[in-house]
Formats: sequence, C-alpha cells, structure tokens
Amino acid sequence: MSDQVTMKVWRGDTDGGGFHEFAVEAREGEVVLDVIHRIQATQANDLAVRWNCKAGKCGSCSAEINGLPRLMCMTRMSTFEPGQPITVAPMKTFPVMKDLVTDVSFNFEMAKRIPAFSPRPPDADGKRRMAQRDVERSQEFRKCIECFLCQNVCHVIRDHEENKQHFAGPRFLMRITELEMHPLDTGDRIPLAREELGIPYCNITKCCTEVCPEHIHITDNALIPLKERVVDHYFDPIVWLGRKIRRKG
Amino acid sequence: MAVGTLEAERRGTRPANLRVDWWWLQPAITFVVLLGFVVYSTWTVFTPHDFYAGPSVGRHYLSPYYSPCITNRCKGGTTWNLVSWWPFSAGILMMPFPILFRATCYYYRKAYYRSFWLSPPACAVPDAHGSYTGESRFPLILQNLHRFAFYLIIPFPIILLWEAIKGLEFGSGHWGLGLGSIILFVNAFLLGFYTLGCHAGRHICGGHLNAFSKGPVRYWVWKQMTRFNLHHMGWAWTSLVFVAWTDIYIRLVASGVIHDPRLF
Ligand code: SF4
Ligand code: SF4
Ligand code: FES
Ligand code: FES
Repeated sequence: MSDQVTMKVWRGDTDGGGFHEFAVEAREGEVVLDVIHRIQATQANDLAVRWNCKAGKCGSCSAEINGLPRLMCMTRMSTFEPGQPITVAPMKTFPVMKDLVTDVSFNFEMAKRIPAFSPRPPDADGKRRMAQRDVERSQEFRKCIECFLCQNVCHVIRDHEENKQHFAGPRFLMRITELEMHPLDTGDRIPLAREELGIPYCNITKCCTEVCPEHIHITDNALIPLKERVVDHYFDPIVWLGRKIRRKG
Repeated sequence: MAVGTLEAERRGTRPANLRVDWWWLQPAITFVVLLGFVVYSTWTVFTPHDFYAGPSVGRHYLSPYYSPCITNRCKGGTTWNLVSWWPFSAGILMMPFPILFRATCYYYRKAYYRSFWLSPPACAVPDAHGSYTGESRFPLILQNLHRFAFYLIIPFPIILLWEAIKGLEFGSGHWGLGLGSIILFVNAFLLGFYTLGCHAGRHICGGHLNAFSKGPVRYWVWKQMTRFNLHHMGWAWTSLVFVAWTDIYIRLVASGVIHDPRLF
C-alpha cells in the first residue's frame, strides 16, 4: 500500500529560507525520515538532513513535525490525518546551517561548563563500590541520546535568545543533578546550577519531559530535585542549622 | 557559538507556531476549572452559613473549608473554640494554608504558568512575554518556600479524617454511616494522597540523599512517596474538584435542599 502525501519541508540556510512543498509517495510502515529520504532521492538531491541510526538511538534526526519537536525516524506516517500536508522544519532554537540541519554547538558549549565527575578516593582494597539502588536512580538520566529536543522545546531559550548566556537547558541541568546525586562524587555544583547555569529560570512547565523520546522524567526526577537542592543550599534555615550542628558534633 | 543574529534572521522566515493540533484546549480547560475553583472557594469562605450540617438535620458534617473550626463562630459541637476574637467567617482563617500549599505546588505552578501566564501556553507555542526571568527573581523566587507550605499542610488531611470520623456520630451516642460520611472520608484521603506526592516532601523525606543505601528508612519513604508523586497531577485535580464538591454537598444537606441518605 502506498499513498501520495504533501510534505512542506523548510529549506534554506543562514540567509533565510521558507517552506517548499513536495508531493511524494509514502509507503505502509514508513516514518517521516523515509519520506524525507525519498524527497532527497527523487526531487531535491541537495536537501540537507542529519541522521545516522534510523532507530531512535543516535539522536541526530531531531526536527519539528507539524510544529512538534520529534525524531523524524520515530514518527510514523500513519499517525497523520490523511490528505493533510505535513510540515517538517528544523529545530527552532538553534541556528540553521542548511535545510533541516542546525548548528547545535550551544549544547556542547554548555556541557563544557559542567565540572566532570570527581570521585572520592577508592576503598582500602582499591575498589569503588556503589549499591544497586543508587546506580538505578541515575541510570534513568543515562538513557539520554542527546537529541537536544528538550533543549529545543524549552521556552527559556527557544523564545528568549538572551537567556542562552546563562541557562544550560534541561539536558545539562539534568547532567548536574546526575552528578550531584552520585554517591561517589565529591563536587558541589549547586552554586553553579543556580548562579551560572540557570536552574531558577526553569518554570517546570514540563515541555522537555513531553518531548523526550527516551521518556526520561526530566522535570520530576532531575529539575525539581535540583531546585530542591538549591533550596537546601540557599533558602532553608532548618537544613542550614542541621549542617552547622553536624559539623560541630 | 553562533547564536544571535542568525537566529533572529531565520525566525522571520517561518511562522512562530507550526502546531496544527488543538494545543489550546488543555490550557483553556485548566484556565476555566482553576478560575471556577477560585471563584467558588472565595464565595464559600465568605458565606459563613450552611457549612455545617448539624443536629437539625440529624447529621454532624463540617465543610472541609471550615475544618478545623477553631473559632467560636461555628455552630454545633464542631468548634474547638481556640480563637474567640476572630470577627469574620471561620473559613477565612483556614484558607491561607491550602492556598499557600496549592499555589506554590510544582504541579499547579506548571498549570497556571501555562494557562494564565501563557509562559508558554503549550510546548513549541511561543511564550506570550517579551522577556523572561522564570523563578529567579522576586516575587517568583518565593516559590522556593514551597516545602514550608508542605510542613504546614501536614495536619490537615489528619484533621479532615478526624472530622469524617466524628461525622459517623448521628447524635446522642448513635453511630451510622451516611453518604455524606463517605464523601468526607474520600475527601480526606484525596487530600492525603495529593500531599504524599508532594515533590518537596519527596525531597525532604529521602530524595536529598545521594546514597540511598545509607538511609534505608528514608529510601523506603522516598519510594512510597514516589508512587504518589507519579500521579501528582491526578491527585491535584481530583482533590481540588472533590473539596468543592464536598462543600456543595454539605451545604445542600445543611440547608435542607437534599436529605443525606443513611446507608446503615
Ligand atoms: S520544565 Fe524547565 S527546563 Fe523543561 S522545558 Fe520547561 S522550563 Fe525548560
Ligand atoms: S533528555 Fe531526552 S530529549 Fe533531552 S537530549 Fe536527552 S534524550 Fe533528547
Ligand atoms: S536517525 Fe538516529 S535517532 Fe533518528
Ligand atoms: S509539589 Fe505539588 S504539593 Fe508539593
């Protein structure tokens, strides 16, 4: 079975661009990326699109399909209303390089600003140990495939360019939480998270969680716990008193 | 890092919102229900009569908006009479606690930032405001105090449960079960479940640990709270709608509009 579909694909480069309409075949079981590849093969050989695995695991094919941030390789054609055009646009938050390909260096710059894992000295036998239940907690965050869809959808930087200087975005605030929760880590990144990487800018509206293809509970399990750790550090006199007493005792 | 001018240029070349689904529906429903709740709650705490279905109708039900009734202005045997100087409705005295708790709740924050403040109204739909500082400045920085609202609310589900138990007394030592009692019990449990799923509570009770293995009791509590937390939004809405419904029911019984059926 195959259908004729209308795809409105954004084409352009750093100088601007617009939507181009393509009438193209879509076969049963196909995903948006298949159809984009067919356009590339038959009608627009120079259409730029980034992809690698076609299995939702490399995080390369992020785009905005009918306005929703999604992986092109994980979005089935059968989910669309027949007869309606389907728009495919590059991620809005990052600068376009060409067509559907954006320059995601913002994310790598943010990653560099987070101090790496700094483990405490090993046990007497030279080994480091972690209990399984402690491993499990951060395991969820390690499912991240760095598709940057959460970074793209987050209105803090999507709609407010100026915040890119001081807001790392959900993916990297989650990275801070992961390190902070690590039982072997000795670093303290809470002041960094609050003062330089912008956790207070997050208003927990959960769009990052909504678009994450790995279904990571970014807001509930990483961002809110990070906000609560900021409260421990800066706003809670009871925690402060507790720390003082423990240090003396 | 290539940000800034390139972005601004490109944005001019595509519509700000490309969504074609009914993205506005959810914020619209949230807006209507939350606003309706605020209006109803305001009315009920400023209308200090019929909030207690007492001996005249053979029952002993107190509206959750007026629980615990600590003034001497509550009719019947429910008054604790701790505050005799309060000249206004007893409901007003109790209002700040649930208001503070719900207004600073992480879930409701999401709900009203989206539906009232449109920041953003829905995902990938533009923020309605030109500049944005989130919760980094006054007044929204005060949201950080949510855990103190959590501490203050803890007695309330217990008090509501106690009031529901007292509602089983049908006067002069007789016990029974009316529909109203079931409603009061459900209401107490819903508020309890909502409270148990609190994000701040989940952090304080165990989430703050880096090594769960060092605090097995706290780990257990964290795990249980996580179960409620997973459905925090659901408990937030059901407990919200149900508290208003409980109040309506008690007012209807107290004013004699309906008769509370006795189950046994
Ligand atoms: S929850 Fe916070 S980080 Fe996630 S999209 Fe919303 S504002 Fe951004
Ligand atoms: S957290 Fe989810 S949405 Fe964000 S980069 Fe990782 S996989 Fe993608
Ligand atoms: S191509 Fe790898 S995630 Fe889509
Ligand atoms: S987060 Fe919702 S009640 Fe605390």
